[in-house]
Amino acid sequence: MSATHLNCGYVPLIDSAPLIIAKELNFAAEEGLELTLTPQPSWSALRDMLALGHLDAAQMLAPMSVAMSMGLGGLSAQIDALMVLSVNGTIIGVSKDLSEAMGEVPFADPKLNAEALLAAAKGKLRVGVPFPFSMHRLLFEYWLSDKAAKAGIEIEIITTPPPRMADALENGLVDVFCVGEPWGSVAVSRGVGRLILPSSAIWQFAPEKVLAVRHEWTTENPETCGALMRAIYKAARWLDTSANKPLAVDILSRSAHLDLPDTVIDPAISNTLSPEIGLPGEHVENFLIFNRHAANFPWRSQAAWIASRLDADADGIEAAKQSFRSDLYRAHLSSMGADMPGASEKLEGSMRHATAVASTRGHLILGPDAFFDGTIFDSGAKI
Amino acid sequence: MDQDLRILVVEPDAEKAHSIIDALKAAGWSSTHVLGDVSSLARQMKALSPDIVLIDLANPDRDTLEHISMVSDAKSRPVAMFVDKTDDAMTQAAIHAGLSAYVVDGLHMNRIKPVIETAIARFQVMRKMQTELDAAKRALADRKTIDRAKGLIMKARGIGEDEAYALLRKTAMDQGKKVIDVAQALVTASDLLS
Repeated sequence: MSATHLNCGYVPLIDSAPLIIAKELNFAAEEGLELTLTPQPSWSALRDMLALGHLDAAQMLAPMSVAMSMGLGGLSAQIDALMVLSVNGTIIGVSKDLSEAMGEVPFADPKLNAEALLAAAKGKLRVGVPFPFSMHRLLFEYWLSDKAAKAGIEIEIITTPPPRMADALENGLVDVFCVGEPWGSVAVSRGVGRLILPSSAIWQFAPEKVLAVRHEWTTENPETCGALMRAIYKAARWLDTSANKPLAVDILSRSAHLDLPDTVIDPAISNTLSPEIGLPGEHVENFLIFNRHAANFPWRSQAAWIASRLDADADGIEAAKQSFRSDLYRAHLSSMGADMPGASEKLEGSMRHATAVASTRGHLILGPDAFFDGTIFDSGAKI
Repeated sequence: MDQDLRILVVEPDAEKAHSIIDALKAAGWSSTHVLGDVSSLARQMKALSPDIVLIDLANPDRDTLEHISMVSDAKSRPVAMFVDKTDDAMTQAAIHAGLSAYVVDGLHMNRIKPVIETAIARFQVMRKMQTELDAAKRALADRKTIDRAKGLIMKARGIGEDEAYALLRKTAMDQGKKVIDVAQALVTASDLLS
């Protein structure tokens, strides 16, 4: 039987790893798939190519897929998020000037860093993010917008391509950034900024990228869809096995798919980031999760949280929930030993610690998924 | 022609940008502007308030442009051309030429289409030139590699240039590979061992 060929789009980042590993370690081939991985110059281009059918599947910013389902911004299309590709993995950093003005603040402390940052800001903070519909923007605003408003500090969000984030910081085009690895570590290695807060300190279990396909594609290609999900799941499980991490770094740094310096690939994969040039790495629990704690499960409540942060009405939230295909996840991945939670929605933010929950096989550990401010988000509540 | 249509071309390569502007001017649109550095994009969009923005599909600054378009005030809000899927042939032609366009909401298709078609034609020409340039550069690089490989063989075996090339060719044919691939392997091996 000849392999089914699939065009997959991605933006070169550490968290493209599940697609790359699925291809390079033949998890896709084992499922009868031949993946062509095509890097995309921008998130807009990735979205257009997927919506217009030039790509079969893509690694997409979770809020971008939700926004498309809600008909927001640019090209809208009915998009299915088949699974979550990665949880967390972005980092907030500040310019040298701000860093000096902030003084000594413990790395990864959301409260103290917010206070110091606002105290150091002069009227306005220009914040670089890769795209308006991104967890980068949503989490940054969730963390700081209210406090900034109270302090009379204006927040200006400036979209900046990740490879240029360090330049933007150095040239004074932005004061702060929230970016996916390796671009935070790149800024550190170039000595142009200091990392202050991993996004996991804002929300401990935030869906970062999803595997996105057109809704019609899912309907027309049920078997291929299942094969793709299984291949990616196996790659994600492989990536989250500790013994494989050195090999993962090696493959990613040698891979033609990520044209990135190899010294900056290690921090995200090993969950150990150096906040400033010359400082030792700090371990960040759950900085980037590929598979553990049911990371790949597309919780409908996660989609609802994103939609509500995008000011969706009740219909918008429902559309967002339906686009996270936990039904397909159950249908295609139960057979291969993926443990399934009993429900498809959870109270987001309710788990301060890793928690055992009811599941099909009885031993699923979820979370932690708490928000920094202790809020619990109920996706079933009336908006 | 539609003299009052304001067109902004976002392109960091000055030569390319002028090529596009020339094509537009030749077709009768004179109110054209170029922006190379997007750090002033928000200000420029406000000042020029363009009806149409043209940008290379491969330009990473598209995300910045998209964001600025999204937050600009409603009456002059440019939206991505691909939103309008009614003219599928033009959309596909634009994609193949590597062009993306942002067009102010409500602007009539009859006014947009000639601009886009002119831009597509110019993008196609530029793409063809780029492809030819890349091919020429590659050919030159390949020739240098093959010359180095020939030199290595000549030195190691004490044979002449023609003989060395014949040997390269024969090896490539026997292995079902291209001459350049065999030459590259030899050069790499030699670099590793020296």
